[in-house]
Amino acid sequence: MAKELKLMKGNEAIAEAAIRSGCDGYFGYPITPQSEVMEHLMIEKPWETTGMVVLQAESETSSINMVYGGAGAGKKVMTSSSSPGISLMQEGLTYLAGAELPALVVNVVRGGPGLGTIQPSQADYFQAVKGGGHGDYQMYVLAPASVQEMYDFVFLGWEIAFKYRNPVMILSDGAIGQVMEKLYVGPHIPRWTEEELRKNAPWASCGKPADRDHNIITSLDLDSAKQELHNHKLQAKYREMEEKEVLFETINCEDAEYIFVAYGSSARIAQKAIQLGREKGIKVGLLRLITLFPFPKKQVAEFSKKVKGMLAVEMSAGQMVEDVRLAAEFRCPVEHFGRYGGIIHTPHEVLEALEEKIIKG
Amino acid sequence: MFNPDIIKPENLVYEKTNVLTDAVMHYCAGCGHGTTHRIVAEVIEEMGIQDKAICIAPVGCSVLAYNYFNVDAIGAAHGRAPAIATAIQRMFPDRHTFTYQGDGDLAAIGTAETIHACNRGENIVIIFINNGIYGMTGGQMAPTTLLGMKTATSPYGRTVELNGYPLQITELLAELPGTYYITRQSVHTAAAVRRTKKAIRQAFENQKNKKGTSLVEVVSNCNSGWKMTPVEANKWMVENMFVKYPIGDIKVDGEKVKK
Repeated sequence: MAKELKLMKGNEAIAEAAIRSGCDGYFGYPITPQSEVMEHLMIEKPWETTGMVVLQAESETSSINMVYGGAGAGKKVMTSSSSPGISLMQEGLTYLAGAELPALVVNVVRGGPGLGTIQPSQADYFQAVKGGGHGDYQMYVLAPASVQEMYDFVFLGWEIAFKYRNPVMILSDGAIGQVMEKLYVGPHIPRWTEEELRKNAPWASCGKPADRDHNIITSLDLDSAKQELHNHKLQAKYREMEEKEVLFETINCEDAEYIFVAYGSSARIAQKAIQLGREKGIKVGLLRLITLFPFPKKQVAEFSKKVKGMLAVEMSAGQMVEDVRLAAEFRCPVEHFGRYGGIIHTPHEVLEALEEKIIKG
Repeated sequence: MFNPDIIKPENLVYEKTNVLTDAVMHYCAGCGHGTTHRIVAEVIEEMGIQDKAICIAPVGCSVLAYNYFNVDAIGAAHGRAPAIATAIQRMFPDRHTFTYQGDGDLAAIGTAETIHACNRGENIVIIFINNGIYGMTGGQMAPTTLLGMKTATSPYGRTVELNGYPLQITELLAELPGTYYITRQSVHTAAAVRRTKKAIRQAFENQKNKKGTSLVEVVSNCNSGWKMTPVEANKWMVENMFVKYPIGDIKVDGEKVKK
């Protein structure tokens, strides 16, 4: 079926993708700069068309637990929020990971810490990829850099979430959430019927038929020996994701002597900085991270053997740069540049940082 | 005297419902949890809704309720069961999603989830065990602990100055228009068990008829937490807990019961 062209905000694209991807339920709480996700859903009223449930909860704590419940019953459920709200959801995220439940969580990041600001930021990287909640767990973390990717990653998110029975986070930022761009949307994928749900999620607690044992969804095992085995299983799953599910993009890297490593909005800005640099004769390329966990360790290691230096560009005081350094293992200089607290760096600032921190180094 | 010859179908006077598993319960002897589990399971069996029942287990003494109820189940984070039940019941409107929660879970850490699920009138059943103490963690003060009552975190007795008043959350929930049926029962005598069973049946029937939120509070002893024998604990419960938490219907068919 032909694709349809639309003009939308990133947040609206998330909502549109939810409806078109066969999502069963969205549970959220308003917070800037992502409130358009729920607003768009409430305007569209998908419960009258696809049967999708949309509910405004009393808090982010409640939203994520509604997601936990829906996921435990085998439904395709999601929530979205921004940084302070995502902090409140950490309890639910670790329970989702522990109980191995598929779910989709969108974080349209704003500046912190605390109530911070409502402007774009990338300072929730650690929280997204290093756990955030308690215990040894990982989410699959996707970093969209356009409105189109906000849309596309909802579909990809369901695929990964159900394949691995694991929560997936779309780590966006206030710029990608608020910017309007054109995007192509595809036809509606129908929601699963109950028969399909029972086939695709036989583990789900959605009512016990006479011919099977009762299903139990829990992250609890009071027997530590069993809990350790459960942890082994989780770790094996995360290693498999690292093996099979890494996504990235390389731009102008063929002849590059220097590499920007960036994701989301910063990757867009770095692309402009590449253009400015090349005009000055600086051979610079971009490694754009699409998955933040699993991190493209191998690709960073490869580049570290070839280039004269890498600049991690992110709207934070330096978070992703730690993973770049770990993967580069001191084979080349790795520096960080970024404005933060809600300030977006300019392409000129990015290029200048490359010249000062790496080239003159 | 054990006489194997009398084990015959025609001599059977009582049988464990198959809505309870064969797992050995971990509850203390004399505690109300085991009895309440049985009542809930029997109601599910009698209504023929085992395939539609989904249990949301709490954090607290009944954290392992999912091992005992032979129905699909989900273990909640502490206090979050009503939010979990909300989502499931909304996406599966023909199911019987019920939460099973203690006083710490429902009336302290989960107060917001409880009040808002009830206020939205979610079509769920809430079974609420109130024993005035945190049993599983070793007998600490609960929101429902009585004034003067000694616990591990109120070792000289609960005082208003230090701890505030015991929370009558059930009366509070009855004020919300979303709640349809609110009752307080107990399971310390055969007659009380029969009344509780009737109440729990009513709650699940309301859910079947999509009436909104039904909550059955069961005032129970916690003999180990109260440091009494089960018999002493039941006596103390009647003389003290029932004064603050009087037994009876609070709201029926969406109308508050006139006292």
